Amino acid sequence: MTGPFRTPTGGRIDRTRPIAFTFDGRRYTGFQGDTLASALLAAGVKVVGRSFKYHRPRGLVSAGSDEPNALVTVIRDAGRTTPNLVANEVELREGLVAESQNRWPSLAFDVSAVNDLLSPIFVSGFYYKTFMWPKSFWSKVFEPVIRAAAGFGRAPTAADPDGYAQRFVHCDVLVAGGGPAGLAAALAAAESGARVILCDEGPEFGGSLLAEPAATIDSAPAAQWIAATLATLAAHPRVTLLTRTCAFGYYQDNFVALLERVTDHRAAPDPALPRECLWQVRAAQVVIAAGALERPLVFPDNDRPGVMLAGAARAWVNRWGVAAGARAVVYTASDSAYAAAHDLRSAGVEIVRILDLRPDGGPATAVARAAGLTVETGAGIDRVLGSTAVTGVVTARHRADGTTAAGETLACDLVLTSAGWTPSVHLFSQSRGRLRWDAARATFLPGTPHEAARSAGACNGTASLADCLDEGFAAGAAAARDAGHGAVAARRFAATGTAIDIGGFAGEAPHGGNRDRTRAFVDLQHDVTAKDIRLAVREGFRSIEHVKRYTTTGMATDQGKTSNINALAVAAAATGTSLPAVGLTTFRRPYTPVSFGAFAGASRGDLFDPVRRTPAHARATVAGAVFEDVGQWKRALCLPAPGESEGAAVAREVRSVRATVGLFDASTLGKIEVVGPDAATFLDRFYVNALAKLPVGRCRYVVATRDDGFVYDDGIVARLAPDRFHVTTTTGGAARVHALMEDFLQTEWPDLDVWATSITERWAVMAIQGPQARAVLAPLVEGLDLAPEAFPHMSVATCTVAGIPARLFRVSFTGELGFEVNVPADHGAALWDRLAARVAGHGGTLYGTEAMHVLRAEKGYVVVGQDTDGTLTPDDVGLGWAVGRAKADFVGKAGLARPDLAGPGRRQLVGLRVEDPEVVLVEGAQITADPAPPPGTHALGHVTSAYASPNLGRGIALAVVEDGRSRIGTIVHVPMPGGSIAATVVAPVFWDEEGRRLHA
Amino acid sequence: MRFSFLSLLRNAFSAHRDWPEQWRSPEPKPAYDVVIVGGGGHGLAAAYFLAAEFGIRNVAVVERGWIGGGNSGRNTTIVRSNYLLEDSEALYDHSLKIWENLSQTLNYNVMFSPRGILMLAHGHHDVQSFTRHLHANRLAGIDSEWLSPEEARAFCPGLNISKDIRYPIGGATLQRRGGVARHDAVVWGFARAASALGVDILQNCEVTGIRRGPDGAVTGLDTTRGAIATRKIGVSAAGHTSVVLEMAGLGRLPLESTPLQALVSEPLKPLISCVVMSNTIHAYISQSDKGDLVIGAGTDQYVSYSQTGGLQITAHTLDAICELFPHLRRVRMMRNWGGIVDNTVDRSPILGPTPVPGLFVNCGWGTGGFKATPGAGHLLAATIARGEAHPIAAPFGLDRFARGRLIDEAAAAAVAH
Amino acid sequence: MILISCPWCGDRDQTEFAYGGDATVQRPAPDDADPTRWFDYVHTRDNPRGSHRELWFHAFGCRQWVEVTRDTATHAVAGAVLAGLRVGEGETP
Repeated sequence: MTGPFRTPTGGRIDRTRPIAFTFDGRRYTGFQGDTLASALLAAGVKVVGRSFKYHRPRGLVSAGSDEPNALVTVIRDAGRTTPNLVANEVELREGLVAESQNRWPSLAFDVSAVNDLLSPIFVSGFYYKTFMWPKSFWSKVFEPVIRAAAGFGRAPTAADPDGYAQRFVHCDVLVAGGGPAGLAAALAAAESGARVILCDEGPEFGGSLLAEPAATIDSAPAAQWIAATLATLAAHPRVTLLTRTCAFGYYQDNFVALLERVTDHRAAPDPALPRECLWQVRAAQVVIAAGALERPLVFPDNDRPGVMLAGAARAWVNRWGVAAGARAVVYTASDSAYAAAHDLRSAGVEIVRILDLRPDGGPATAVARAAGLTVETGAGIDRVLGSTAVTGVVTARHRADGTTAAGETLACDLVLTSAGWTPSVHLFSQSRGRLRWDAARATFLPGTPHEAARSAGACNGTASLADCLDEGFAAGAAAARDAGHGAVAARRFAATGTAIDIGGFAGEAPHGGNRDRTRAFVDLQHDVTAKDIRLAVREGFRSIEHVKRYTTTGMATDQGKTSNINALAVAAAATGTSLPAVGLTTFRRPYTPVSFGAFAGASRGDLFDPVRRTPAHARATVAGAVFEDVGQWKRALCLPAPGESEGAAVAREVRSVRATVGLFDASTLGKIEVVGPDAATFLDRFYVNALAKLPVGRCRYVVATRDDGFVYDDGIVARLAPDRFHVTTTTGGAARVHALMEDFLQTEWPDLDVWATSITERWAVMAIQGPQARAVLAPLVEGLDLAPEAFPHMSVATCTVAGIPARLFRVSFTGELGFEVNVPADHGAALWDRLAARVAGHGGTLYGTEAMHVLRAEKGYVVVGQDTDGTLTPDDVGLGWAVGRAKADFVGKAGLARPDLAGPGRRQLVGLRVEDPEVVLVEGAQITADPAPPPGTHALGHVTSAYASPNLGRGIALAVVEDGRSRIGTIVHVPMPGGSIAATVVAPVFWDEEGRRLHA
Repeated sequence: MRFSFLSLLRNAFSAHRDWPEQWRSPEPKPAYDVVIVGGGGHGLAAAYFLAAEFGIRNVAVVERGWIGGGNSGRNTTIVRSNYLLEDSEALYDHSLKIWENLSQTLNYNVMFSPRGILMLAHGHHDVQSFTRHLHANRLAGIDSEWLSPEEARAFCPGLNISKDIRYPIGGATLQRRGGVARHDAVVWGFARAASALGVDILQNCEVTGIRRGPDGAVTGLDTTRGAIATRKIGVSAAGHTSVVLEMAGLGRLPLESTPLQALVSEPLKPLISCVVMSNTIHAYISQSDKGDLVIGAGTDQYVSYSQTGGLQITAHTLDAICELFPHLRRVRMMRNWGGIVDNTVDRSPILGPTPVPGLFVNCGWGTGGFKATPGAGHLLAATIARGEAHPIAAPFGLDRFARGRLIDEAAAAAVAH
Repeated sequence: MILISCPWCGDRDQTEFAYGGDATVQRPAPDDADPTRWFDYVHTRDNPRGSHRELWFHAFGCRQWVEVTRDTATHAVAGAVLAGLRVGEGETP
């Protein structure tokens, strides 16, 4: 025995394997096969949680994932702490440590239970009506108190060390739900040869059959049929069986997300296993076999520990060998509760009375009476006695005129309730299928599907076991057929078992209490009572969505699985309309909560976003590089010598390039090869520049705009042959420039015969820049004369460099004599080694992006995305010369002609000079005409680039300023927290204005 | 009945039987001076300000479903004004100033809570861009300060400022006046206050046509609850703006409607006290008073009128959240939903008159409309009342696209180079 | 998670594609001097609730621009053709 409420025999637990666990620090023992819920119940633990608002003591209500009260935190260690788990979904394992939530200092004595005394004030939406005075008190006093009281579990305090996996699969038929209907559907689909996935949220297949061992299918006991069916399915190679796997989200075009819990139930999980696996399934056909949820009756103090669903009590006794109490009162509007009464009685529970709300009971009534049970029809519960546990009930007798007569007091420790069953239409509704209202049975059922999906079994409103099996099998066969597989012979099942009552009673049950004051709970977790819903309606909240939001009913972690229909019925009664007229709230994903980690999967750390490294990355690392992220790339920011600061390294690198020579890894530049008879025509239209007549062997600096006329990217276009161009882009712009090229080639100019191919990764690029660049490079080059007149600035040629086939560019982004050597990526590191050695031999240095930025800023070269911001035209940034205005067409031509892109007041790129050479302006600082600008002063522009220039021995800055070019020579002000800095507007070139060094 | 603790206490003694409807649900009148199309926060705010500030009380708000059922009730409730461009700064700060007193103005606790907006910078380019924001905000008189990574973590404990993550945090800006509010309360508060001033709120009233006279000016609308005559219509229909304006012959606009997703976790004890935003890795998170972590996901790129989106959007958001807060991997998503947002090409709203006389529009708020609720409503009301754009709204006219005078916050924030 | 039938590759998940927007926009002739036509081309969009012709770039596939006809309320895809063929009377391969 593992507790006073464990039955001597029965259940699917393994009584030979006791398991020790703790709850709130106390040690308990359960059996293999127990859930935390069943083990606590067996041990006689009645109170398992506290409610959200009133902190009322709460016990278990349901045996499934719809449980509203029993939320616990399960702790393996600081990082492996999981709050808000439903105790029914926590399988017992050796050493399990669980704690209750939302109580202080303890579950038995919770200080916040004082809220319950204030409940006459703390009604729905009370907080919208108060806490408004004094004004500052809301966020300083009231809100912190509310926040501290709210919330359930505590988030873990350490990073989660566990892994999460994701799988992407296709199948012909996905069956969601492994109860009788789902098993039959999978069987039929498997027989047709279809690829089938069958999943169920529980640890074993069988669904409702697991709680009903006396049921038979084709003359065999249910358990035997399940085992045989699973064996058959397992033998099909194209069938995947997934337990502990909830189909939680239905997306467009039969894309269904499943969450598999892989290791939480293991005592010592293999560290190689993921904790959970997110299955992303694209199914040709889906069979939804999600079953139905039992609905509690709503009556005063129906939240006391010991009041539970009849079906849950039945499941605990039959499946887990736990009798939830010793003396039970059954309160029902449904026949299925009678089955629970019989089964509990068989297990030794005294059934004190069955109170049937229905005036004449149902078919089960006479059977029960014949079996010696006391049944009172047209009767109910007026109130529940006891606070931390049920001690009894006061019955009520309902008269035909709707009034209620007081009944008698019955002592009991257990109240079983059932209002009827609600088909689980969650997935169907998520799939955007339309629900229909079945007036006869007062329930919502799947109507017209939106996806290739079928509902079968209880979720489709089917009540009897045989019908569920037949319907499931037929749905599985039809799904397989529609997925293109052969026909399966129809099959009918002979079965005996309990039929459930679809529909039934909804809303607040009749009772003699004052309906404005008694609390009959609808949403147990959120403490929403029937009178709260009526208050909302009284205040004008008529739509069920309004009622839901005002009262928060159905918004708890259980998402209203047991409460929504009752809430709807109470609202309908209050508004005097029918249930469907009030409307149904949307069924939102997920069906049950899903870990953030499962969605993130392997996307963490370096795998969060691909890391792109250049072929010479390892060499730069050895050379001491400090890297920065530029898009997905890692680029060397600078390469400090041992002990050297980053600032000193940058200054040294900058000086070295100007004085001798520097080597820079430019491999991250985007590269596109544009080839074809119309390649020149295409590029001429794509860039603002005139390119049609670019001679072979020459390069041109190009600017791209989109049709809106704003600068979008820049780069170099090099003509290798009449029909072949090597085009470079910015590092970050490569993908979008290429996509835009394809866009124009395929959609606007499909007549052009051109191919554009991304070659970014194909070429490693080493830039050699500085007065000694030619001396460094020339000895390595074969097949090309590097002399200034033979290979002038902006030339391109193919040759070999250090024995490697190369595309050699004479280009410069530093203002110095410069070359960029492109070699196949595999040779990038080798080329780096040769060049680095020669650069060192000439007294030069390696340099990184920061030095590159200083060098280009000294020359006034813009960086797209830093000196431009998507609102500037080529002319604004001084590149108006590049625009081929005579061209008949180019991307952006019409956009640039818009009035506000050409008129006065445009921001233009200029340089700024501050008197004090030590002052380096701050990038992003604003520029004003007023030296002491009051708040709200209009900014003339802002500083886009600012560096300490080692070559000039002073700070330099680029800026965009309104009508900047006409302000050259005037003073503007840069307001800073410590006061404004005056600066003179100057031309944006600080170094070698004539460009002589470039052409050396 | 005025809301206060005393009135709550008094009603507790009468079991709350005497609370009146928060807003009336009248039958439509045959004519109104102004009809606002769209019963979200923006539309209700416009109606409220028409009545409260501009003395125009013969106003109807027509809503095809239930008020607040669109983006007003589907957003992540972030309120801030630390925008980059001067026109945007003026617009959003106008709104923030109304937020600061809104509970008292409406006598409805909208729970505006200036918890601080922490915007994370990842890498050098972000730092540059954020510095520009910082200086622009300071010049405009909008509070904004720079926090080092350590200061950011001190402000938001649990934030992962390790240098070893894929995109390490290089710092953050903080707007202390920014925060969150209770979205539904804003809708109901405006509805209650507007209704008390005589505004008719007509729910389940879908516009099916816009009537225009021979001069082209509007003369009324057809609805599922009958025809309504009016000379002035203010359209505030968010994702459905294109559908409504097409009825007035304004079919093609610089506007696209896309799904935007959001999600909440299960309720947790307080752990995140401010709003944390990262534009670079696409994550927005705050914690509601109820304890739910409220997380904004991204938009799907395609035009959509169905309030659902793809799983990859959720996944991409949550992997970013787990990078910033690696101890949240075991926390679970409880609910995920979508709204339809209307985006302009420059990601700034359109607010002002249209080419159709008597027809005014307030749309294009994209993913950021909630924060503008009171301000946009006020400016739409002022614009309708005056017949021409309010000065703060003037730069946001529909004509700016043709002129090329875009207010492009997204482009101005630039992209990695 | 919309399934798009690429004319080259067959049914593929939307995540393989980049959305390219309204396919009905027509780039005016280069010599078209009417600024309103250029304004329409650059900025205004069909934004219907219902059938929508739109471009998708099969970025993680054949890298072809595809014109898809999709219902924006139901996401039902009615058809897809190569964008380059839509101008003429070409057929899908």
